[in-house]
Amino acid sequence: MKGEKLIKKIWNSMKFPLIAIVLGFLVGAIFIIASDNSPIVAYQALFQGSLSSFSSFGETLYKTTPILFTGLAIAVAFRTGLFNIGAEGQYIVGAISAVAAGWYFQGLPHLPLIIAIVISGALAGALWASIAGFLKAKIGVHEVITTIMLNYTALHLSNYIAKAVLNPQVLEGTEKKAHTVSLTDAGKLTKLNEIIPQFEYSSAHTGIFIALAMVFVIYILLFKTSIGYELRSVGKNPDAAEYGGINKTKNIIISMAISGSLAGMAGAVQVAGLLYKVSQTPNMPGYGFDGIAVALVGQNHPIGIIFSALLFGILSNGSRKMQIAGIPKEIIGIIQGVIIVFVAADQMSKILEKRKKAKIKPKEGDEK
Amino acid sequence: MKKRVLALTLVIAMVFALALTGCSKPAEPTTAAPTEAPTETEAPTETEAPAKQIVVGMITDTGGLGDESFNDSAYLGLTKAKEDFGVEVKVLESDDEDDYGPNLTAFASEKYDLIFSVGFLMADATKAAAEQFTDQNFAIIDEGGIVLPNVAGLTFKEHEGSFLVGVIAGLTSETDVIGFVGGMQFPLIEKFQYGFQAGVKAVNPDAQVLVNYTGSFGDPALGKEAALAQHQLGADVIYHASGACGIGVIQAAGEQDFWAIGVDMDQSALDPEHVLCSMIKRVDNATYLATKSIVEGTFKGETIEFGLEVDGVGYSDEAGNLSAEMVAAAEKYRAAIIDGTIIVPTDLATFEAFEVPEL
Repeated sequence: MKGEKLIKKIWNSMKFPLIAIVLGFLVGAIFIIASDNSPIVAYQALFQGSLSSFSSFGETLYKTTPILFTGLAIAVAFRTGLFNIGAEGQYIVGAISAVAAGWYFQGLPHLPLIIAIVISGALAGALWASIAGFLKAKIGVHEVITTIMLNYTALHLSNYIAKAVLNPQVLEGTEKKAHTVSLTDAGKLTKLNEIIPQFEYSSAHTGIFIALAMVFVIYILLFKTSIGYELRSVGKNPDAAEYGGINKTKNIIISMAISGSLAGMAGAVQVAGLLYKVSQTPNMPGYGFDGIAVALVGQNHPIGIIFSALLFGILSNGSRKMQIAGIPKEIIGIIQGVIIVFVAADQMSKILEKRKKAKIKPKEGDEK
Repeated sequence: MKKRVLALTLVIAMVFALALTGCSKPAEPTTAAPTEAPTETEAPTETEAPAKQIVVGMITDTGGLGDESFNDSAYLGLTKAKEDFGVEVKVLESDDEDDYGPNLTAFASEKYDLIFSVGFLMADATKAAAEQFTDQNFAIIDEGGIVLPNVAGLTFKEHEGSFLVGVIAGLTSETDVIGFVGGMQFPLIEKFQYGFQAGVKAVNPDAQVLVNYTGSFGDPALGKEAALAQHQLGADVIYHASGACGIGVIQAAGEQDFWAIGVDMDQSALDPEHVLCSMIKRVDNATYLATKSIVEGTFKGETIEFGLEVDGVGYSDEAGNLSAEMVAAAEKYRAAIIDGTIIVPTDLATFEAFEVPEL
C-alpha cells in the first residue's frame, strides 16, 4: 500500500514534466519541418551527438555539471519562497575567486588545493547572495531586483579583476592578456578520460561527482534536518512559520547563502574542471538562468534536478551535432522554451486549483 | 476524480494525435533529403576536386553569425572560397566560452581539412585541440602566439589601419577634440586605440583624444551614450572599435550632426552623411587565403600578419566623404608605414615613446 502510494506520488510529480518534454520535441519537430529539414535526421543527430558513445556522453556530462549546481541553487531558494535570479552573478564571483584561490594557494598539493578552490568559490557565492538575502530580510528589498543588479556588479567586478588584479601582466610580468592567470596543474580537476580512456577527447571532468555529492547533501539538508524543515516552512507560509516560532529573517539569509554557495561552486568547478582561467567578457555565462529552467522542470526536488539537468545537458550538447547536420541551433532553444512553458503552465494550474479548492471547501463542509 | 482522469486521457490522446501528425509529415522530407544531399556534395567532387571533397569548418565566438562584424566577415571569405574552389563549409556557433574546446573536437573528429577558430579567446582551446589532432589543420583569427606545425595564426595590424583613420580624423576635426569608443579594454582593442591616437598626434598634435570603453560589444545604447557624452565635451569626430555598440555611435552622429568613423567593414551604408570613412579589417581575405592554401596544398603552420601592404587592413570610404587632400595625406602616411619609416604603436608604452617622424 505504501509502495503504491510512493509510485503514485512520483508519477504525479513526473507526469507534467514528461508531457512537457514530449510536447517540446513535437513543437520542435514542427519548426524543423518548417525550416525544410527532417526531424528524424535532426533528433537522430541530437541523441547521437549526446549519448551514442562514451566521448559524446562525456561532452553531455560537462554541460550538465554547471546547471546541476545552479539548478540546485535555485531550487533551495525556491523552497524558501525566494526567487534567486542572481545565480548568474554568484557563479561569476565563484569563478573569479576560484582563480584567486588557485593563485594564492598554488604551493598546495592536488587535493587540498582543489578543496581550497571549491570552498573559496562557495564562500564567494554565499557572500554575494547574502547581500541580497540580508537586504530582503532586514529592509524588505525584493530579492529579484537586488540579485539582478548584483549580476551586473559581479560581471564588471570580475572583468576589472581579470584586467587589473589577476592578469598575467600583473602577477607574472608577462604580456598583458584579456584573461586572468591560469590554474596550475595541481589545481585542475581530473579529466574523466584519464580514468576511463573511452571518454577520449571529451571535456568531462570529476566535477560531476562533486555536483552529485551536493545533490545528496542538499536532499539530506532539505528533507532530513530541522534547518531544512524551517527553510521549507518559511517557503510554504512565512507568517505561519513565524507564528510557529521559526525565525523568518534568519532563514531567508541562510537560504540565500546556501543557494549562493551552490552557484559559486558551479563557477569554481567550471574553472577547475574546464576553463582554468576567467576571461574578460561582456556576456553573462548563462548558467544561472539555465538553472531556473532546470529547477522548474526538476520540480525543485534534488533528485528531479539530476534528470532535468541531464536533459538540458543532452539538448545543449546534441545541438552541436544538429548544427553539423545543417539544422539551425535555434531549434534547441525552441524545444527548451516549449518545455519550460508547459512546466510553468502546470504550476500555474496547480496554484489555480488550490485557490478553487479553497473557495469550494467550506460549501462541501456545509453539505456534510 | 473522474473528471481528472478524463482530462488526463484527453490530454494524452491529444499528445498522441499531435505525435502522429508530427511523425507522418516528415516522411516526405526524409525521403527527399538523402537524394538531395549527395547530389549537392557530389557535383563539385566530380568536376573540380576529383580526389576528395574538401571540407572547411568554422567556429564562431559567442557573438555568432549575424554580428555584422568579424564572425560575419570570416564567413564571407569562406562563402567566396566555396564559390571559387567548391569547398564545403560547415559552421558551429559557440554559446559559451566553454563550448570552444568541444566544438573544435567535434569538427576535428569529423576529419575536416581546415578548422577556423574565429577570435583570440579560442587560443587555449585551439592549441589543445591541435596537440590532440596532429593530422588536422587549424587556423585562428587574431592570435599569433600558437607555435605548432598544424596551426596558422591569422592576425591583423589593426593599429596601422587605425593610424590612417586617426590621420583623417586629425585633419577633419575643427574643435580639436576627437573621440574613441572602445568595446572592452583588452590588448586587441587597445591596438585600435593607440594606433588611432598616434595617427591624430601625427597630423594634429594639439588635438585631445577622449577615450571611453563601453564594456560591451553588443549594446548600441551604450555606444550612443558614450558618443553623446564625448560630443558634449566637444568631440566632432568619433572613431569606434566596439562591434555593435558602434551602431549607437553612428546613430548619435546622425542625431547631433558630427562625424563617426566605422570599423571592421565599410559602415557608410548605416548613415552615408555622417560616416566619414571606415577602418577596414579584411578577415574575409584571411579566411579566403587560408582556405586557398589548403586547396593548393601550401598550408603552413605559421603566423601571418595582415597589414597595410597586403590590404589586410586599411580605410574605406564608399560614401565619398573624404576630400582629395585627406586621401593624399592618408596615402602619404600609408607609404611611410609600409616602408618602415613609421612604426605604429600598439600599447600605452609604445605610444608614450612614439615620436612623429618628419615626412
